[in-house]
Amino acid sequence: MTDLRLYLLQRASAALMLPLIVIHLIVIYYATSKGLTAADVLSRTRGSLAWGAFYTLFVVLAAVHAAIGVRVILREWTSLAASARDGIAITFALALLLLGLRAVAAVVLP
Amino acid sequence: MTIASRSNIPLNRPGRRRDAAHRRDLSWLASLVHRLSGLALAIFLPMHFMVLALALNGPQALDGFLQWTHQPVVKLAEAGLVALLVVHLLGGLRLLAIEFLPWRGSQKAATIASLALSVLAGVWFLVQAL
Repeated sequence: MTDLRLYLLQRASAALMLPLIVIHLIVIYYATSKGLTAADVLSRTRGSLAWGAFYTLFVVLAAVHAAIGVRVILREWTSLAASARDGIAITFALALLLLGLRAVAAVVLP
Repeated sequence: MTIASRSNIPLNRPGRRRDAAHRRDLSWLASLVHRLSGLALAIFLPMHFMVLALALNGPQALDGFLQWTHQPVVKLAEAGLVALLVVHLLGGLRLLAIEFLPWRGSQKAATIASLALSVLAGVWFLVQAL
């Protein structure tokens, strides 16, 4: 993928994540003000199609956004070869995607 | 006479003063904070996902970890993470506004307000979470 496409993808993922982060922050403040317990978290998320879709989208966007950001930092702050930078970024994106979707499954699946 | 010949530092040789000048600008600081907060969040994310996946072993496994997070020092770290998320969110808004909206003259005021709001978000989290 060209640098321009990656740049646009990072900006698009950022714009799409804006409302998701605001909702996530509201949930963080609400949940921690009551004292965070697994029962509270799981009673909200388990079996919920809406929260499942919300967090799945969030994970996909975060994986794409973070990996492109890491690639830019590696290019500007290190002397790694282009293939190594791309390899690290793709590995990071796949790791985030895998770990993130596993986490979503853990809190959403009944 | 060219600009280069009038300057004490030749344009083709980076000098210390020329290199450092832009680093005193608030917008440069905002960019650095945006990058470092993004890097910190990228490092935190895998750990966040692994903690949530503890629920695969039942609610007790997740609760065991959540109990540990009730310590004041962990709450302080969580407040820092919330502040990082807010500062990265606002820094991202700043970038999108610069790149996709018409130029506005209130850049510096908005940057200072963003940084202040991020600290406030962290402090607010700490106050209500403790």
